[in-house]
Amino acid sequence: METVWFLILAVMVTVYVVLDGFDLGAGALHLIVARTQEEREEVTSAIGPVWNGNEVWLLASGGVLFMAFPKVYAGAFSGLYFGLILVLWLLIGRGLALELRHQLENPLWRTACDAVFSLSSLGLALVFGVAIGNVVRGVPLNDAGYFSLPLFNILNWYGLLVGVFGLVVLATHGATFLAYKARGEMRERAARIGRRLWWAELLLFLGLIGPTYAVREDMLNNLGEHPWTLVFPLLAAGALAALFAYQRRGLRGRAFLASAGFIAGMLTTMAAGLYPNLLPAREGNPNSLTVDNAAADSYGLEVAIVWWSIGMLLVAAYFIYAYRLFFRAEDPESRA
Amino acid sequence: MSDEVLVDRLQFTLTITYHYLFPILTMGLALFIAYFKTVSYAGRDGHRFRLLRKTEAERATAEGAARFWTKIFAVNFAFGVVTGIPMEFQFGTNWAQFSNYAGGVIGQTLAMEGVFAFFLESVFLGILLVGVGRVSARLHWLAAVAVFAGSWLSGWFIIATNAWMQHPVGHSTDADGNVKLDSFGDLLTNPWLPWQYLHNMGGAAITGAFVLAAMGAFYLLTDRHHQFARLCLRVGVIAGFALCVLQIFPSGDRQAKNVFDHQPATFAAMEGLFETSEGAPLVIIGNPNTEDRELESTIEMPNFLSFLTSRNWTERVTGLNDVPEDQWPDSVPLVYYAYHIMVGLGTILLAIAGLGVYLLWRRRLFTSRPMLWTLMLAFPFTYIANIAGWTTAETGRQPWVVYGLLRTEDGASPADSVPAGTGIFTILGFAGLYLFMSLLFVVLILRIVNKGPDEGAPEPEPAGATPEPAGAA
Repeated sequence: METVWFLILAVMVTVYVVLDGFDLGAGALHLIVARTQEEREEVTSAIGPVWNGNEVWLLASGGVLFMAFPKVYAGAFSGLYFGLILVLWLLIGRGLALELRHQLENPLWRTACDAVFSLSSLGLALVFGVAIGNVVRGVPLNDAGYFSLPLFNILNWYGLLVGVFGLVVLATHGATFLAYKARGEMRERAARIGRRLWWAELLLFLGLIGPTYAVREDMLNNLGEHPWTLVFPLLAAGALAALFAYQRRGLRGRAFLASAGFIAGMLTTMAAGLYPNLLPAREGNPNSLTVDNAAADSYGLEVAIVWWSIGMLLVAAYFIYAYRLFFRAEDPESRA
Repeated sequence: MSDEVLVDRLQFTLTITYHYLFPILTMGLALFIAYFKTVSYAGRDGHRFRLLRKTEAERATAEGAARFWTKIFAVNFAFGVVTGIPMEFQFGTNWAQFSNYAGGVIGQTLAMEGVFAFFLESVFLGILLVGVGRVSARLHWLAAVAVFAGSWLSGWFIIATNAWMQHPVGHSTDADGNVKLDSFGDLLTNPWLPWQYLHNMGGAAITGAFVLAAMGAFYLLTDRHHQFARLCLRVGVIAGFALCVLQIFPSGDRQAKNVFDHQPATFAAMEGLFETSEGAPLVIIGNPNTEDRELESTIEMPNFLSFLTSRNWTERVTGLNDVPEDQWPDSVPLVYYAYHIMVGLGTILLAIAGLGVYLLWRRRLFTSRPMLWTLMLAFPFTYIANIAGWTTAETGRQPWVVYGLLRTEDGASPADSVPAGTGIFTILGFAGLYLFMSLLFVVLILRIVNKGPDEGAPEPEPAGATPEPAGAA
């Protein structure tokens, strides 16, 4: 049952990153890709109706982590205190900039909102990557399941490296989204940026293998010991290759899906590499929080499976409905 | 209490109080927007429910009102969302030991809030806001109802969580000394839950009603938007009056009974009762003095407290003297004053709304300037009453974070992880950010108010018609 919840969390986080990832990525590129007021208007109104729903996946994943693995929630959030509070402040700034941008006609106000939206999106993409980097690397857990990492220890070399990778991946994702959704000049500009970012993505993807092996040997061993889990890194690699091909052939809808596949491949690779750890301690430290020692009692987990399944059916229905509503009848492939 | 626990408490107090200012109006307005949309949608000719039919003019005013309030709602909702995210995260950042202890139980209701309420609310608000001109009238109405349902469902899960912290049920202690869930059914049928929920939602709806009335009064006093203003005033005072009555009885009465039954120390602190007595008086005015353990300068109504709590003039009510001092709420005067402010304001608001209904009936409401002034200035006090009520509930529960099970000081994050200085830094950060946001909020709302409703707003067009150049978010 604990393992089921581990899988559910992995899926929910993946859905979050794929969905909120495109609006974070589009945000990070906002000032570069959208040059005129009209273009910026177009980006923010494409994201406007959906970003909040996308972000709810973060809240819902947080809620599920709290319910299923309270020890991890408690340990990780208090240990990464400054990092988390920084995320909160960035989320506040980003949400307000997006929601309030159209409230005033004044061009100065809109430019200010664009700047806050773009910089906070960029910051968030980076910080999420840094957080993932720290989890993979492991944290200095004590035997009660707590630790403390001051801000500048969170920003260690490996964390930052993964942070930059995260930023590049989400920026590519955002660029492929805009290349699919946007119009006119911006559409071409986004496609061009997406093609260039692909090389950075490839470079970091290959470049991270060595450092990851250095900080967490288990991660790669774990994958090697359960060969079936190699489908995840293969999915990532295949999606990356497909992204390259679709970008060059101008199949933009498929390129976006390939980018989503790459994100899913990377996150599932990480989950498979970490399992059974949820919040690993540094190498050699025995206090890792795992699905066994951090899970809530099994009765609660069994009950939650029932309501979670019902809830997710409803959520899937709303999302499919809303996305069809907002993105239908605007078949960009056929549009000049 | 150590420094870091105090700092954690202050930060939570600041962030939750500031956050909650927005959901009060979100939940209150969602009710009235759904009402206006229903009048506009179901009132059309040929609707199968004859009773719901309205004239075209009435429908147009209702549709205009729904659109106007949706604009205010959107800004308010955005502030509620962004200030709400820190609440969930702070359970982990500042209250890690509490999360660890209680996550197996309250994680259920908090995760359900995300899965069942937030998705519903956010997806349909997206449709409600950009939908005009892009979706059918029917779907637009449905979106308004779904947003209402989502926001009230969200309140339900939060109250279910708080109800468990006030009156823990359906759990046992596991091998590590943390709580685990034993009965999901008990968690959701906590006897504390229904009355606290109704009382809380009633408070939010009262704010919605008074905000409606205040806006109507403002426009009449400035001689603008008469049709819209009259509708808002009429709905505001009638709903406000009915809700204020329900707030006192049954929900307030039954909620007080819950506190009396399950949290005797809290009840004694709320009433400022030190001596246990059979036939306890109801204090109208008085200052609690915890040094001398007595109420000073009192005006009281003999035996009324006993009667109100149990319909028995000589019921025994426990006083604080019979509760060990380490189980007193850590600030008895705070609980006492917060409770009396809530009750006092509730009574005054009931009187104002009652007078409003009377004048409406006498057809003098729209021309009585003193009454319009009163209604225009009354709405902030509904916020104060809501916050005072929550202050009573939360400081009244002290020294416990989970009543009778976990003391607040044992629930904070370990001092190594979040030292007091770190907490002070982030409190200052939140305070500065929220101060800036408050200014922004006031400016944006005033702009909407200044612009006013679009007179004679058109029907939402069917799907496929001219898409608006978006811009709404």
